[in-house]
Amino acid sequence: MKGMTTIVKQTTKLIAGMIFMYGIYVIVHGHLTPGGGFAGGVIMAGSFILLILAYGSDFLKLLKEESGTTMYENLAMIVVLFLAVSGLLIGTHVFFLNWIPKGTVGHLVSAGILPLYNIFVGIEVAASIVTIFLALIIFKEEVSK
Amino acid sequence: MEIAISVITGFMIIGALYAIHARDLLSAVIACGIVGYSLVICFLLLKAPDLAIVQIVIETITLIIMVAVVLDSTREEKYQKFDRQGYFTAILSILIIVVLFYFMMNSVSSLDPFGEGKLRMAQSYVEGATEKTGSANLVTGVVFDFRGYDTLGEATVLVTAVLGVLTIMRIKGKK
Repeated sequence: MKGMTTIVKQTTKLIAGMIFMYGIYVIVHGHLTPGGGFAGGVIMAGSFILLILAYGSDFLKLLKEESGTTMYENLAMIVVLFLAVSGLLIGTHVFFLNWIPKGTVGHLVSAGILPLYNIFVGIEVAASIVTIFLALIIFKEEVSK
Repeated sequence: MEIAISVITGFMIIGALYAIHARDLLSAVIACGIVGYSLVICFLLLKAPDLAIVQIVIETITLIIMVAVVLDSTREEKYQKFDRQGYFTAILSILIIVVLFYFMMNSVSSLDPFGEGKLRMAQSYVEGATEKTGSANLVTGVVFDFRGYDTLGEATVLVTAVLGVLTIMRIKGKK
């Protein structure tokens, strides 16, 4: 697909990184402030969608990106499942057990296993939405060919 | 606050009605945006910032994708004539609206006041969540600890949706 004009490209160059960093902030602070894995993942996916729409990309590169995002999505989902059953490794028989020490309420490293869930669900959501977007673009390119 | 929410809900209804009847499909998509962003303001007024963040981001990305779709396909909607069957459907829907509104007015009077009256389970979630999960954000504590199984289902739904999109949106098979 084609890119957009120079004005859009320059603006995107300035703000896309900041949007990405804000998504990471929302995910990492998910157990302290509003937000969490789902919201931050969608914000991260938004920065990728902005870059693809502004700069454009050729067909082969899009296919390569799509295989990458699919792999990240499935790996993140497997890690979430592994975290959910990881309580079995320490001897208890509880699904979704919060077995890591909880620490002080309000610190960045606290709440046990919840930040890990937030991070991997965030990666999964971001990769899923970018994958859907890429699938739509690739379908359009294949039709127009 | 209830007056503000009523006004915003009125805007949402107007936007939804305009989205149905707009002749130009691009303005129909923008009118759908009115509904979504008004919902964001409702969530903020009801003190639910978690939901507001998710709603505003999802609404923006959906609007971008819908605008791209409309710009690529046709912008004109086909005009349909209003025949006899249309009158019958309209009268039937108005009757159903009247009946549903009557029962709603009857049941509203027996509800708890707005924002009060919690269930027993919600009460125990609100009181003990910070000590039990160690998370300062109550919503994350409920979503990933008490209701972890639910969240796993949500993530699985997303993965399945991506698999479905990748299966359907492909003309040539992958090697």
